[in-house]
Amino acid sequence: MRRTLYILLFAPLGVLGSEAGYRLDRSPHDTRDLVSLQSGARTFVNYCLGCHGAQYMRYRSLSEIGLSEAQIRDNLMFTADKLGAPMKVGFSVKEGKQWFGVAPPDLSVVARSRGADWLYTYLRTFYRDSKSTTGWNNALFPQVAMPHSLWELQGPRTTTIESTFAETDPKTGKVTGHAKTTLILDENGFRTEQTKKLQEGKDYHAGIEVTFSSPSGARRAAAEYDATVRDLVNFLVYVGEPAAVNRKAIGIVVLFVLGVLFVFAYLLKKEFWKDVH
Amino acid sequence: MASRLEALWGWFDARMPSLAEQWRIHASEYYAPKNFNFWYFFGSLALLVLVIQIVSGIFLTMNYKPDASLAFGSVEYIMRDVPGGWILRYIHSTGASAFFIVVYLHMFRGLLYGSYKQPRELVWIFGVLIYLTLMGEAFFGYLLPWGQMSYWGAQVIVNLFGTVPFIGPDLALWIRGDYVVSDATLNRFFALHVIAFPLVLLGLVVAHLLALHDVGSNNPDGIEIKKLKGPDGHPLDGIPFHPYYTVKDIMGAVVFLAIFCVVMFFVPEVSGYFLEYNNFIPADPLKTPQHIAPVWYFTPYYSILRAVPPLFHSQFPGVLAMGIATLILFFLPWLDRSPVKSIRYRGTLYKSALAGFVLVFLVLGYLGTEPTTVWGQFGFDAFFLDTKDVATWVARLGTVLYFLFFILMPWYTARDAVKPVPERVTV
Amino acid sequence: MNEQEKPDRTRRRLIVATSVVGGATSLGAAVPFVASMWPSERARAAGAPVEVDLSRIGPGELAVIEWRGKPVWVIRRTKEMLASLKAVEGRLSDPASKASEQPKYAENEYRSAKPELMVMEGVCTHLGCSPQLKGAEAKAEMGGDWAGGFYCPCHGSKFDFAGRVFRGAPAPVNLRVPPYEFVSDSILIIGESEEKKGA
Repeated sequence: MRRTLYILLFAPLGVLGSEAGYRLDRSPHDTRDLVSLQSGARTFVNYCLGCHGAQYMRYRSLSEIGLSEAQIRDNLMFTADKLGAPMKVGFSVKEGKQWFGVAPPDLSVVARSRGADWLYTYLRTFYRDSKSTTGWNNALFPQVAMPHSLWELQGPRTTTIESTFAETDPKTGKVTGHAKTTLILDENGFRTEQTKKLQEGKDYHAGIEVTFSSPSGARRAAAEYDATVRDLVNFLVYVGEPAAVNRKAIGIVVLFVLGVLFVFAYLLKKEFWKDVH
Repeated sequence: MASRLEALWGWFDARMPSLAEQWRIHASEYYAPKNFNFWYFFGSLALLVLVIQIVSGIFLTMNYKPDASLAFGSVEYIMRDVPGGWILRYIHSTGASAFFIVVYLHMFRGLLYGSYKQPRELVWIFGVLIYLTLMGEAFFGYLLPWGQMSYWGAQVIVNLFGTVPFIGPDLALWIRGDYVVSDATLNRFFALHVIAFPLVLLGLVVAHLLALHDVGSNNPDGIEIKKLKGPDGHPLDGIPFHPYYTVKDIMGAVVFLAIFCVVMFFVPEVSGYFLEYNNFIPADPLKTPQHIAPVWYFTPYYSILRAVPPLFHSQFPGVLAMGIATLILFFLPWLDRSPVKSIRYRGTLYKSALAGFVLVFLVLGYLGTEPTTVWGQFGFDAFFLDTKDVATWVARLGTVLYFLFFILMPWYTARDAVKPVPERVTV
Repeated sequence: MNEQEKPDRTRRRLIVATSVVGGATSLGAAVPFVASMWPSERARAAGAPVEVDLSRIGPGELAVIEWRGKPVWVIRRTKEMLASLKAVEGRLSDPASKASEQPKYAENEYRSAKPELMVMEGVCTHLGCSPQLKGAEAKAEMGGDWAGGFYCPCHGSKFDFAGRVFRGAPAPVNLRVPPYEFVSDSILIIGESEEKKGA
């Protein structure tokens, strides 16, 4: 009971999903890698676009990541027939809310609001949980309404959640000791829970630690999955701001031009100010 | 060719001689002190940023849609579908923050050299009016992208007006045009941001410059250069604004533009300070973000607002404190009783007070960007009335010190030791 | 005299040099502003090619298709209509379509890639109104020698079944023929894709 309350206390923090909660992994993406972006586009269209839209992105703009119009039409356009069409999802916001409880958010600028690190961590911390509505839960975003749409690519894992917390006397409100609850969720989400009182005298930090373990021999699959997620996050970062690569290139030219202008402006100032003593 | 141009100019001058006269009065024969330093760039830079914002704003308005269901999408349309639209957007967002950086440094120059003192009180008053109008302009503009921060920031600030006794709720309703911030609010904020306040700003800037040029500029030594004139009738320590300061300000503008472009092209978001992350989520009237903070240039006043606890079941005292913190600036020319203008000739009391004020302003500003829990809780139980948040108590101390800077000024500026002020400027 | 000239010349040179670099920089800065006024991706997407199902157009029938916000006419011309093209040649301003806009494959006697199908913009080249179809039977209205064609109600311009303007009309040139392509016997695409244009 106490543990549920504890999780509930922390769950709202999960709404914005960073602050005091789970530590974020650095996303190793590189928006200059066109192959990675194309792979990410494919993953996005096949696994995400069914529920989430990217309504501010047009199919034709994908030519900027090195794809020809034919390639876009043949491999990436499932629900639209014109290249100039936006990557919209097939249902309305109202329908989404009705069917899923909360409308799946549009992902056009999700990389700008959540950040690449959050997305990279989020897509790799789903776990099976028999007690949740969807059968899935997420360490970074507890009780998320989204199921693990990439589960086929990730493969089965066992999850261990260890929560260390302070026990307080309900009458006086004073801390009487510390305990640790270990919750193990197997590959199908079935739970085994155990609470142990911790030895006194040591310093304990209240918190939650989540660890995942894959069955033996699955390490290569895990690395492949990480690469898939990296490419998907890369694509989402690109979609968030398609002009980003151009922006930096133009910036260098602009600064060079301003540098030249500065030289002349400075010399001009110096020349005129010879008069002033 | 040259004589043709001269003839053309002659035709024009014969029909509108006041133009050449204005050029003489305000540029080629406006004698400004020759010892202007780094702090004197920011006035012309503020004018430059105003022009940048107006021009980029006009082009943004060609594609932006001031409708609650279309606004967010139209900004993304500008970022992606409009050729070069992303440049326009980043110019305008960087320019908004740049405007406040430049204006704060420009005002600080005034504090350093006593530029608000007699006979320049009116220049200062027009300046504070510009500052207040600029804050309004920024506030109205921030609602326009219709992101989560836009929406909830507007909701909170308009609700502040709702705390005014008796008329509050009706006032808030009238400002919003609806029971919550909605499409009606967006439309009117658009009108105010695009037309009304820019016109007011332009008028105030003209007044500010006319008032300045009538009495002449101050300088880092705080000396009145018009007291010593040469045989030609011009101040001995003065030089014509054109060409000397036009040429110097052009140089300053190029440096400023280079810094502006570094931000704009490489870090337009500036870690969420210039473009807040939460504003990339479309406004949702049903879900308040975990942590609402105003944009950085409002945060010192936001800190003051938050620091004052509710009194008599009303939030109004906090609102009042925040309001007075801005309005007290108007009284500076009369609070400062020093016989000397420039900090160069003032004593330790004023120097410490000003240094402390800057520190307090920066700390309050930082605290305003974070939740009140940012510095944790006091571990011990004491006389704490309402909160154990360390940050809140630091903000309360900061608020008191902020007001003391002004309230005690008549005393410490009168008492302060002063150094003898030279006759001629030091270059 | 020389001493005074030297700094003045340096000064003037520097002013010119700085103005030139400054002017060039300003022109560069103006580029995104000017560029932003060109059609956006949204406008270009809306202006994308349109597909037409030809099987629903019977002989002698006119279909009006919207393309880039303009009405485009697709007529399945009968033998009589085709014959009238030769008959009216003497009364046309520009029978060989030398001054008007049409793609290369429409530069022939029928002004079209396939003689029986005429594709042209239904926009009068005078001031932009959309003319009305007036068949050969409208002789009472249009005059005894009317062989059929189009009549613009705004200022009275007349066009034949190949969109060529009659003499005496205020319209200066023949109706514009847009780029088009027959992908099959029953499918026509009006407009061409960006890739085709070599973009």
